[in-house]
Amino acid sequence: MTSPSDNGLVVERLRFAYAAKAALDDVSLRVEPGTFCALLGPNGAGKSTLFALLTRLFTAREGRIVIGGHDLARNPRAALAAMGVVFQQPTLDLDLTIRQNLRYFAALHGLAGRAAAHRIDAALDRLGLAARANERCRTLNGGHRRRTEIARALLHRPAFLLLDEPTVGLDAATRASLTAHVHGLAAEDGLTVLWATHLTDEVGDGDRLAILHAGRIRADGRAGALRGAQPLHDYFLSLTAEAA
Amino acid sequence: MTPRAYLTALGAIIARETLRFIHQRERFLAALVRPLVWLLVFAAGFRAALGLSIIPPYQTYITYETYIVPGLCGMILLFNGMQSALSLVYDREMGSMRLLLTAPLPRSWLLFCKLLAATLISILQCYAFLAIAWAFDITLPPRGYVAALPALMVSGLMLGALGLMLSSFIRQLENFAGVMNFVIFPMFFLSSALYPLWKMAESSPLLRDICAANPFTHAVELIRFALYTEWNLPALGWTVLAGAVFMALAMWGYDPARGLVRRKS
Repeated sequence: MTSPSDNGLVVERLRFAYAAKAALDDVSLRVEPGTFCALLGPNGAGKSTLFALLTRLFTAREGRIVIGGHDLARNPRAALAAMGVVFQQPTLDLDLTIRQNLRYFAALHGLAGRAAAHRIDAALDRLGLAARANERCRTLNGGHRRRTEIARALLHRPAFLLLDEPTVGLDAATRASLTAHVHGLAAEDGLTVLWATHLTDEVGDGDRLAILHAGRIRADGRAGALRGAQPLHDYFLSLTAEAA
Repeated sequence: MTPRAYLTALGAIIARETLRFIHQRERFLAALVRPLVWLLVFAAGFRAALGLSIIPPYQTYITYETYIVPGLCGMILLFNGMQSALSLVYDREMGSMRLLLTAPLPRSWLLFCKLLAATLISILQCYAFLAIAWAFDITLPPRGYVAALPALMVSGLMLGALGLMLSSFIRQLENFAGVMNFVIFPMFFLSSALYPLWKMAESSPLLRDICAANPFTHAVELIRFALYTEWNLPALGWTVLAGAVFMALAMWGYDPARGLVRRKS
C-alpha cells in the first residue's frame, strides 16, 4: 500500500553492502513532488550506490524505494518510466549525432515516429541545442554533452529527474547555468529533482538538502535552516570532517 | 508499455548496433579478412595434407576449401559473439549499458534485443564472406544460401548468448583478452570446423569426444547441413539447448538482485 505522500520519491530504511563493506546504512529519504532536493556528500559517501539502487541497476535486500507511488521492487517498469536519469558517467554514444542519441533513448521508452521527433525538437530547442542536432556527440564540449543528456532524460516527460554529480568536469559558468536550469525545472515545471553533488555552491538556501556521509544521512531539511548563520560549506565540513 | 513499445525498442537497438557497425569499418574488414585468410591461404596449404572421405551432407568428394566454409561462417559468428560481449563490457564501463538497463522494459527483453541485433550483423558478414568465397569459385547449392539463414540465426544467437553470459561475469575490459584465448581458440579448434570428427578420432578418441560435446561443433554442423538444404536435427537440438542455457545464465548474471552486475557497476 502507498500513502498519498508516496507520490514523491521515498526511500525507507535502505541498507546495502559491497561484500562486507557497508555502502548505505539505514538510509531514509522522502522528497515531496515538485521539490529540488540536493543530495550532498563527499566522495565515497554512497551517493552513486543510492543512485544505482534508485535506478534498479541493482537491488537492496533491505529497505524500500517508492517512486511516484510505484514500489521499485514490485513494479519496476512503472517506476523507471516515471524517472529521467543523468548518470555520473557519460552515457552518450559519441559516434552518433545528438538527434540519433535522443531518438535511441526515445525508442527505449516506447516513443517513435512523429511523436518522438516533436519531443526531440522541443527538448533540443529548450536546451539551446537545436542548431547542433546533427553533430556527432564526439565534437561537443563537456557542457553540451551534459545538456544533451538532460534533454534526453526529459524526453519521456518524467515526473522525477535524478542527476548523479552532473557537473563533474565542467567549468564554473557551465556549472552555474546547468544548476540554474535544473532548479528551474523543479520550480516552473513541478519536476521532482534529486541532484547528487559534493559541491556546496550548487545548493540554494531554499533547496531541500540531505547530507550523506559514510553511508548514512547526517542531516535532512531546508538548506538555509540547516546551515543557520554559517556558510553551507562550513556546515557541510563540520558534519563530514571526521573522515578526512 | 504496449507490445508496440517492445518492437520500437528492438528496432532502435538494431539501428544503433548497425550504425555503430557502419562507423567501425575496420571491424567489418577484420571480420571478413580473418575467415578469408583461412579459406584462401590455410586451406590451400592444408588441402593436400587432409584427405576427406565422403561424409554427410556431401554426396561426392569435395575440396578442403568447401569443407571449411561452414566452419568459417561459424568462426565469424563466434568472433562476433565475443566482440559484442566485449562491447557490452565497454558499454558497462562507459555507462551506456546503464541507459539500456534502466529503460522501462523487461531486462531480459532488452538483452535479447541486443543479442538479436548483434546476430543480424554477424549474419550480414557471413553472407559477405560467402559472396567472396563464391567469387573464388567455392560455390554451394544455390538454395543452400537461403536455407542457411535460419541455421546462421540459431547459431549466431547461441554464440551471442555465450558472449552475453561471459560479459555478465567479466569485470573489466582487461580481463577479456584471456577469455578470447580461453574461449575462442579452444571452441574453434576443438570442433568440426577444420576437420571432421572421424579424423580427430584417428588421433585421439578423447579429443573427438570433447569436440562432439562442444556446442560450436553442433553450430557448425547445423550450418553445414543447411548449406546443403538439409536439417541436422540433433545439431539443431544441441545448439538450441546450449543457447538456452547460455541465455539463462546471462539473465542470471544481469539480474539486479543476484549481485553479479553490482560488483562491476
